[in-house]
Amino acid sequence: MVSDLRALAKYVEPGIRLALPVDYAGVSMAMTRPIIERNTRNLDLVCVPTGGLQVDQLVGAGLVRSVETSAVSLGEAGGAPRFNAAVKDGAIALKDATCPAIHAGLMAAQKGSPFMPMRGLIGSDLLHHRSDWRVINNPLADGGDPIVLIPAIKPDITIFHAPMADRFGNVWIGRRRELAAMAYASATTLVTVERIVDDSLLANEMSAAGVLPALYVTEVAVAPKGAWPYGLWGEYPTDTAEILRYARAARSAEGFADYMTNAQMEPA
Amino acid sequence: MMSEVHPREILICTVAKLLDGVRHVAVGASSPIPAAGAMLLRALKQQAGEKGPRISILGSVEHNFFTNGSAELFDCAGQGRIDAFFLGGGQIDGRGNVNLVGTGDYPQTPVRWPGSFGSAYLYYVVPRVILFREEHTPRTLVEKVDFISAPGVSDDGVYRSGGPIALLTSKALFRFDKTRPGFDLQSVHPGHDLAGIKDATGFQFTHESQPEQTALPDPQTLALLRGRVYDEVAETYPDFAAQMRREIERPLSHAS
Repeated sequence: MVSDLRALAKYVEPGIRLALPVDYAGVSMAMTRPIIERNTRNLDLVCVPTGGLQVDQLVGAGLVRSVETSAVSLGEAGGAPRFNAAVKDGAIALKDATCPAIHAGLMAAQKGSPFMPMRGLIGSDLLHHRSDWRVINNPLADGGDPIVLIPAIKPDITIFHAPMADRFGNVWIGRRRELAAMAYASATTLVTVERIVDDSLLANEMSAAGVLPALYVTEVAVAPKGAWPYGLWGEYPTDTAEILRYARAARSAEGFADYMTNAQMEPA
Repeated sequence: MMSEVHPREILICTVAKLLDGVRHVAVGASSPIPAAGAMLLRALKQQAGEKGPRISILGSVEHNFFTNGSAELFDCAGQGRIDAFFLGGGQIDGRGNVNLVGTGDYPQTPVRWPGSFGSAYLYYVVPRVILFREEHTPRTLVEKVDFISAPGVSDDGVYRSGGPIALLTSKALFRFDKTRPGFDLQSVHPGHDLAGIKDATGFQFTHESQPEQTALPDPQTLALLRGRVYDEVAETYPDFAAQMRREIERPLSHAS
């Protein structure tokens, strides 16, 4: 299993744009360690639409050049300590966004369009600091009506965790449609799953609607409890005590390094 | 005999009043007081034979109607299908600007908060945004925010179907007047006074010389809150519901 995850991690080259899902959607925490082992630096992270533990650990390990996100936090466990420290030190470039802008950028990529127009944002400092976002007047109005254009977000790689795939590479994502949006937009999609089933998930109409077809999936590997300490919808709850343990340890760079070296990397 | 009203119960009942008339309210994942207020309104409406609002609690499985991923909330709001939402923030200023990013000069903010989340969209398109922040200090209610995650008002010609209507804290309720723009003190919660509120507020606001006290819930409303509503709250926020029940029991156990 570990060798499978290491094989997946080989796709992660220095300087790639890597999309990662929100903490409740299915984070492939099992892939964090194999990526850090490779020490591939200058990653540009895209959080869809926010980030948490995985982002904090990749930043703490020094692998990250920039983070595009609507937020980074450890939820109930508070702020993301290594991310916050990197922000304060100026060690990472920030592309602060708002959730629907991330979705809009992925949607543009999904459609093969250069951008997606979006309401809101005008007058915010988010817009002020995003030189890649543009404001135009709505060309379909009689004049005026400024609107923001969000350029397509085209990640090199998307990585997420899901309950199951079939042996044909189709992945069950249920109602977590942002996982599909990420895969549609990305050149490569790597998925870890709790289990692989024999029957095609597309053969049954009830399951087919919740499936990301193999067409968009580059590799699948089995990683039981692969979202831990995050929970996985329909499978197991979040291990809040472990996230709190991390939050305490990672307050200092030394504590973070110690946690990453010594803490167990899978559930007890 | 019912124990005296808990300060947070006054907040919950105030939220229910601010939401009166909405069809669909969305509540953030870690917002038990706004969620309790929405659930109280629904219970009151249903007791009166009406339907009551639809409540979407983000991150909850049982109170989540969305099947199109985390984008659907924003699509729904953009279409005008969400009438009310709650927004907090590390700083809120006198023009209704909110800062969820951090203090000091961006980007190397010495204090970094998680980030803007959906505020830079929802604040523009949800008609009834209630600013909710329990901490009422000059640190949180500032003259001018260090970073505008989302502005309180927009220039003429900018599409803006929504925005703030009120600011509720542990000390007081303010109404937002977008024409000035600025906050008007609406009422002061029991145990607080105008002088204390002025000291605790970093921005200027208008007020009556003798501001009203925030209304206490009537016994029927309080009974509904402490029965059915806390049961419903406990499904999503078990720790909060247990804490509230513990704290309202305390005066009774002292008496026995």
